[in-house]
Amino acid sequence: MIDVDVEQQLGAFRLDVKFAVEAPIVGLFGRSGAGKTSVINAIAGITTPSRGRIRINEIALFDAAQGINVPPERRRIGYVFQDALLFPHMDVEANLLYGQKLRASNDRPIDDKRVVELLGLGALLRRKPRMLSGGEKQRVAIGRALLAQPRILLLDEPLAALDVARKAEILDYIERLRDELSIPIIYVSHSVAEISRLADTVVLLAEGECLAVGDVDDVMGRLDLRPATGRYEAGSLIETRVAAHDVDDQLTTLAFDGGELIVPYLDAAVGSRVRARIRARDVSLAAERPARVSILNILAGRVATMDVTDGPVADVQLAVGSAILNARITRRSFRHMGIHVGQDVYALVKSVSFEQRDAGDA
Amino acid sequence: MFGLSPDEVGILELSLRVALVSVICSLPLAILVAYVLARYSFPGKTLVDAIVHLPLVLPPVVVGFALLVLFGKRGPIGSWLDEWLGIVFAFRWTGAALASALMGFPLMVRAIRLSLEAVDQRLEVAARTLGGSRAWVFASITLPLALPGIITGTLLSFARGLGEFGATITFVSNIPGETQTLPLAIYTYTQVPGGDAQALRLSVVAVILSIIALVTSEWLTRRSERMQGNDRR
Repeated sequence: MIDVDVEQQLGAFRLDVKFAVEAPIVGLFGRSGAGKTSVINAIAGITTPSRGRIRINEIALFDAAQGINVPPERRRIGYVFQDALLFPHMDVEANLLYGQKLRASNDRPIDDKRVVELLGLGALLRRKPRMLSGGEKQRVAIGRALLAQPRILLLDEPLAALDVARKAEILDYIERLRDELSIPIIYVSHSVAEISRLADTVVLLAEGECLAVGDVDDVMGRLDLRPATGRYEAGSLIETRVAAHDVDDQLTTLAFDGGELIVPYLDAAVGSRVRARIRARDVSLAAERPARVSILNILAGRVATMDVTDGPVADVQLAVGSAILNARITRRSFRHMGIHVGQDVYALVKSVSFEQRDAGDA
Repeated sequence: MFGLSPDEVGILELSLRVALVSVICSLPLAILVAYVLARYSFPGKTLVDAIVHLPLVLPPVVVGFALLVLFGKRGPIGSWLDEWLGIVFAFRWTGAALASALMGFPLMVRAIRLSLEAVDQRLEVAARTLGGSRAWVFASITLPLALPGIITGTLLSFARGLGEFGATITFVSNIPGETQTLPLAIYTYTQVPGGDAQALRLSVVAVILSIIALVTSEWLTRRSERMQGNDRR
């Protein structure tokens, strides 16, 4: 549980945020200047708020009323900085072990060999930071923070300085960490794509204040928050139960009150609850039930709301049973199909567009 | 040794001892002062900065005279040190070391302060979040990163100490075997009829020493920069 309620004056900028979240990856989202870094600096103890409290897993790190202000070296917050900040006079191995050496030998649940393997650092250990690429630097910085045995990991726009290929690579590594180590992560970013891919829960900041907290799709999809979030490609979350497995075709059928979804094989017992996440751009619309198509998932629904702007796309929300399904189509198709509220349409969802992680346990 | 007479070897040995002791004793204080000047702002900072730099601009004789007044046998500090700690500066080689330490101090502080100011303080913040206490972060991050400046400052001060003349002769006089360092000996020979040859021999020694100090400084600075991963190769 990450519980933050702080006020701080930083020059002309005023930070006043309050949120309590619990999730494997919490996204801290906002445009630049929204106060994202100020929040995590306060969590790490780099700056001191004038009022409020900060608790991680019920441990008070800061409490102005009770006079608690744990110094950064005793907070056990793993901080990965935007530009890595590796120690230039040490090689990669010495950088990695810097924090580990400062923990008692019986207080190191995160093993150095495991971190080196997880982050693929084996070949870099003897190198100096100057000889690393941007992506390698970030991986070393993440490993260094993990080996200091933190309670929580703060990632401050770790991809900001990287090219597209490196970004994808680091995102993969972060997902591996989430799956293999049980350390909560606060991921700071102004990128909708990164937040929607990684985060489960999002904290939306604007001008030093917390505008919304909640499930990524709920918050990012809210039309009233568009000024702060920008145009977000909404997804949908559908609560389902596992109805059947087809071992031969490696498929699983998920049932909900709007129909059935056939997805790649899930390792879950029949009858167990599964939350399926469907990205809006993976949903196509048809005015009539199509025949002889490769798409297995054809759901009957009714147009509930729609949002068309000047751009090339239109967002349509369908009611499918009691579930809401978001579809993103081109404005041209929208016009050709003459879509209007209350219209009966069929939603087509490709089975292969489900990923294992999209269907988590409810 | 190297064709030098025992007297000359004695002068050389004394000079090196004076300069070496002066830098070793003043280095910790110089690092402290440089750190305070580089990192903190406080009322009177400009004044402290000016006082540190004073030996650079005052006539050395004035510095020597001030030392004589303060650290002499009957001076307020000198008499106290003699009485309580048994340390005597007046007319001893230790006094010569004090004089060169004071004259080299501004050079040392300046070089160290510049390199401390160049250290990215966010690296120190990163080290704190990894569990390092203030003191440990200073020792493991700040000092190693400021090492080139510390080396430069130390060698500048060392070289300045080898050449120290005015403050030394005013404070501890020119006593052969006790306070007569290389420059004082050269000066003495130039005052004696027929001493030019001796003065020239010692001057050559002084030139060689200075070159060695400069080359060593350059070599150590390069080496420490390589250690920091800043080499251009």
